[in-house]
Amino acid sequence: MRFLFKTDYEDDIRLFPHSGYVVSYGLLLAVLLIAPYVLSSYLMSQLVFVCIYATVGVALLILTGFTGQASLGHAAFLAIGAYTAAYLQKYNVPFPVYFLAAGVLTGCIGALVGFPALRLQGIYLVIATISFAFIVEEILARWESVTNGNEGMRVKALTLLGVTVSRDSPTFYFVCLAVLVLTIVGTLNLLRSPTGRAFVAIRDSETAARSMGVNVALYKVKSFAISAAITGFAGVLFAHKLSFISPEMFTLQLSIEFIIVILIGGTFSLHGAVLGAIFIVMIDPFLTYLKDDMPGIIAGIAATFGAGTAAAENIQSKAAAFASLNGLKGAIYGIIIVLFVLFEPLGLYGRWLKIKLFFQLFPLYKRSTFKRQKIYVKSERNR
Amino acid sequence: MLDFVQQLVSGIALGCVYGLIALGFVLVYKATEVVNFAQGDLMMLGGFFAFTFIGMMGLNYWVGFAGAVAAMALFGMLAERIVVRPILGYPQFSIIMATIGLGYFLRSVAGMIWGTDDFKIETPFSQGVLRIGSLVLAHDKLSVIAATIILCTLLWLFFNKTTLGTAMRASSENMLAAYYMGIPVKRVVSIVWAISAAVATCAGVLLAPITFIHSNVGLVLGLKAFPAAVLGGFGSIPGAVVGGVLIGVIESMAGFYLPEGWKDVAPYVVLLAVLLLKPEGLFGLHARKKV
Repeated sequence: MRFLFKTDYEDDIRLFPHSGYVVSYGLLLAVLLIAPYVLSSYLMSQLVFVCIYATVGVALLILTGFTGQASLGHAAFLAIGAYTAAYLQKYNVPFPVYFLAAGVLTGCIGALVGFPALRLQGIYLVIATISFAFIVEEILARWESVTNGNEGMRVKALTLLGVTVSRDSPTFYFVCLAVLVLTIVGTLNLLRSPTGRAFVAIRDSETAARSMGVNVALYKVKSFAISAAITGFAGVLFAHKLSFISPEMFTLQLSIEFIIVILIGGTFSLHGAVLGAIFIVMIDPFLTYLKDDMPGIIAGIAATFGAGTAAAENIQSKAAAFASLNGLKGAIYGIIIVLFVLFEPLGLYGRWLKIKLFFQLFPLYKRSTFKRQKIYVKSERNR
Repeated sequence: MLDFVQQLVSGIALGCVYGLIALGFVLVYKATEVVNFAQGDLMMLGGFFAFTFIGMMGLNYWVGFAGAVAAMALFGMLAERIVVRPILGYPQFSIIMATIGLGYFLRSVAGMIWGTDDFKIETPFSQGVLRIGSLVLAHDKLSVIAATIILCTLLWLFFNKTTLGTAMRASSENMLAAYYMGIPVKRVVSIVWAISAAVATCAGVLLAPITFIHSNVGLVLGLKAFPAAVLGGFGSIPGAVVGGVLIGVIESMAGFYLPEGWKDVAPYVVLLAVLLLKPEGLFGLHARKKV
């Protein structure tokens, strides 16, 4: 364990607190750069989705985790980014231009959504963002001259510096990774700037922030705009990865998945967005594994514990039937969300911090270090 | 003109269904300031219980109805005990997420048990129609309207005139203070969940002849009931019903008079407009800020 003695303000806001961070994140980056040449194409594809989801997760974290504005409408921002890219691509606009245009447009729309959101709090804000998402979904389905309606739009492979980058190539993965890394570094810088600290102040107490001279309205709109713009960038990559977009891809379900990303990862740190993205993307392969391999493994275990061949086969067929039940994915989603809220509100990153602290303090670790305080708030109506 | 009245009545009937679901939101919110995103799914489950009792076991309609309500009341208590009680007193966001998770779970499990087909319950009201001049009103729609009025009145009386209702309002104002004053807050919360699950069941059963029962009906209607509750001001019982009726009428008018596509969006457009002008909803209490 390394003790950090902070002697001035610069120490407090440093991007990398000590050289250990540089080494470990450098190693991680090296592994990620080698990954496409080692992993199978399926896992590669999943890794690209992890990058995209993590980018959206970071965006949502700025809004929900750091400014305290819940949003269940981020699928709409993703859709706006994706459709901008698809539309501009039809007119042979180069990739960097429409990439930026998608971000700027989504950011502007995000700011527009932010204005009504100024007066709303808590549940009202959640409903307002859901309404916004529904309206966007319907516009995408109806504005056929631009979006091609329910038939959806094809998205060609992106062209970067005159080279066509197919959606399965390592280069596309590097583009996504670059966007993710830039987003994370940018957000870290944002969070240590006055803007970021204003965000956190608004989250912790709007009244206190206002009395400290923070322009609450301005920063809430800013937070919406930044969050939306990053989601728009992710939307461009999403469109290219899927190579086909249609309105029914950007439903409430997707918005909820994004919320799950930050909830399961942990809403207080950028690590959480990445961990949550890995989790949500990997749950599908895990279920496939459950369906294909688990019954055999269970039967094998049963056989080693002395069950007869017939009994083992019986167990195997029952396990297979269970694993191929229709709603299994939804049920597992539900259970996971509830369990995380009940038992691990700090998310996966919180779990990692606990494990780390346990080994750092080994004989002296106290479970109550991370105990949640019940707040028993008074009525929100008077807050 | 006749078209207009016909649309109005079917809009009101649809709106009463939204209002019934919204009543469930409001009940839970009024007593615990928890927003229950699984309310629609409780309704779906209630409908399936009733279908099991009436359609599969062949019980009398009213007996099956009562059985479903009782079973769902117990289920509501159980859900509260397992999912909500451990996190009562934590920020609202975590409770919203927990109920979203609960909704996911209920939807999927209902799909596993009853399959994904549409189900129908034979009710005593499914056949008849009421004719006033050339106006035709189906009995099942009228039954929804009547039931909404009755339930709303009962609940309003319960909240405003009984001791238990007062205890519920007190525990919503300030949970800790209510506890110190001798109100058994935990039991109050669990009763509230039982009542709201029972109300949801009524909605589900009354709805069965109109929209049928399938495992996603809760999500679809729950999302329409949200604007209803918000429009009426979360936490106001008459507001929920008025909001529901407004949403229903807007939806059915928009489906009839406006171009295709407006039907699904119009309620949300109206909702956003109302929230812009009156952030606490039409019947909401005016919020004062305290430091």
